Amino acid sequence: MSIVLKHREMILVAAIGLLLALISMRFPAFLEPRNLVRVFDDTSILAMLALGQMLVILTRCIDLSMAANLALCGMVVAMLNAAFPGVPVPALIAGGMVLGASLGALNGVLVWKLNMPSIVVTLGTMTIFRGSIFLLSGGQWVNAHQMDDAFKALPRTVALGLPVSSWIAVAVIGLFLILMSRAPLGRAFYAVGVNPTASVYAGINVGRTRFFAFTVAGMVAGLAGYLWVARYAVAYVDIAGGFELQIIAACVIGGVSIAGGIGTVPGAVLGALFLGVVNNALPVINVSPFAQMAISGAVITVAVIFNARNERKKGRIILKRAQGEGAA
Amino acid sequence: MSLLKRLIATTALTAAMFTLAAPAQAQTRIALVVKSLGNGFFEAANAGAREAAEELGDVEIIYTGPTEPTAEAQIEVINSLIAQQVDAIAISANDPDALVPALQRAMDRGITVISWDSGVAPEGRAMHLNPSSNELIGNTIIRLAADHLPDGGQVAILSATATATNQNIWIDEARKVLPNYPGIELVTVVYGDDLADKSYREAQGLMQTYPDLDAIIAPTTVGIVAAAQAVTDAGKIGEINVTGLALPSEMAGHVHSGASQSFAIWNPIDLGYSAAYIAHALATGAAVAEPGATISIGRVGEITIGENGEAAMSDPFTYDASNVDEFKSIF
Repeated sequence: MSIVLKHREMILVAAIGLLLALISMRFPAFLEPRNLVRVFDDTSILAMLALGQMLVILTRCIDLSMAANLALCGMVVAMLNAAFPGVPVPALIAGGMVLGASLGALNGVLVWKLNMPSIVVTLGTMTIFRGSIFLLSGGQWVNAHQMDDAFKALPRTVALGLPVSSWIAVAVIGLFLILMSRAPLGRAFYAVGVNPTASVYAGINVGRTRFFAFTVAGMVAGLAGYLWVARYAVAYVDIAGGFELQIIAACVIGGVSIAGGIGTVPGAVLGALFLGVVNNALPVINVSPFAQMAISGAVITVAVIFNARNERKKGRIILKRAQGEGAA
Repeated sequence: MSLLKRLIATTALTAAMFTLAAPAQAQTRIALVVKSLGNGFFEAANAGAREAAEELGDVEIIYTGPTEPTAEAQIEVINSLIAQQVDAIAISANDPDALVPALQRAMDRGITVISWDSGVAPEGRAMHLNPSSNELIGNTIIRLAADHLPDGGQVAILSATATATNQNIWIDEARKVLPNYPGIELVTVVYGDDLADKSYREAQGLMQTYPDLDAIIAPTTVGIVAAAQAVTDAGKIGEINVTGLALPSEMAGHVHSGASQSFAIWNPIDLGYSAAYIAHALATGAAVAEPGATISIGRVGEITIGENGEAAMSDPFTYDASNVDEFKSIF
């Protein structure tokens, strides 16, 4: 039991299971495979972004500009598609990712070279990105009829039972798993978060590692930008408004420690899925819109309390053991 | 762009001055002052005003406005119109209060002043023309759904936030007229918070919770677009009609795909047309702007001035596959 409880992922899986059971009591159709696929697809964007955010948080930073980055990249690819309908969609996606990565790199450079606190940097760039969307678009929307069919169709094309947007998320999750467990850079993210001073002695450049974290997060945001505008078939200044908080919430629920150094790929994905289930269940279980906000807030708080307790327990157990040994 | 706008403004003013220089005619000169030049919505209103001028015969429309949508710039425009001694000013104001002194000066010189679209405080105008009223909008959103449900059916409303004042008033008005549409059952009201992702999920939730749902009414633009996409993705085009309030540019694609049969919003052409009619009636003394007065506005019908000097033009205009393309480039 204690082994199971030690793994935050297991608790999350159990919590999601419990949540699904509760929902199915009020709305049995929620558990139909078709609906679960739908929920996963709806959560795929959030899950990818949570992974990007996780890298940044691991290095003791935070990226508040991810949703604005997503919106700017989304608007740019939508405007490009509207202006040049011939450009193939993969080229647009690649363009969006390059743009997203450069916007993320901008955050990274400011944090790295100017040594500014990331919360201040990204608060600033968040506003700059949103403002740029307004400047670019003049406040105009890019609407469904201006986007070409291929642009809108890609994320919702079903292949092997899942929509392409879900497969993209699966691929991103896979890449992150490899990055975090096999690549030196992935291990550096943890090292920098656990102990920046020791990392320097181990030959890891803390600022550069943070720069890469922001850049990768930005690249993910760029990819998500395309998926977002294609999914909802509309681009305007406020798309994904307030979404940065959902991303951070998904990380925190998934057991990513805001203090840095702690967090796993499955955890962040499960955190996003947990939020996704809540978001998709609230409309069908027929609760008042006023209660909805309170419910999702309460759910997040409970999850965070769980995580916080978990982190603390670990420390105490070690101390107790040490004390016990000392006494003996 | 700004240079172009300035050129347009200058040309408009010069044109106006030339007419001033011309010998006095038995014409009513109505200045249609807009928030800013180069905006498709106001260009369309101008087209409507010209249509009214043709019908009325002895009317000349002076279409003008600043290049930047600010109150200061509009005051300059008003001052020059006073100098030109136009007969009437019909203005869509950038600020309800800042324009009052300038417009009062115009009224002191015997110029008829009305506001339309975006109003001026009561002391600065004879009357204000609203594109519609809450009652008319509430009725329209139900009618849009009912039009395509001759045998009745279930409808749901997808609104903005649960605390959005406009939407809540419209939904209340819609509930009041429901008894006039037998067979139409309003099953629920849900809130998408004007966020694309939440509205999309709420629309999906509606389709799951109410398998027999026939229409989703969204009196908000983000909501209607997201709901139309959700219905499209669920493969329910033809089963569920998405309707409500939106701009033609935003909905053109969804009307052509069949996700939306029709939707409504004010028609800028009618608005300019009506403003010209009212300004003409007041300037020529054919009507007096006082509470309870009725003024005929040609093909649009007639308006009745209410307590605070405001009047509502008509039901929001309905857009469908037959006319959405004509308007999608306008606004």
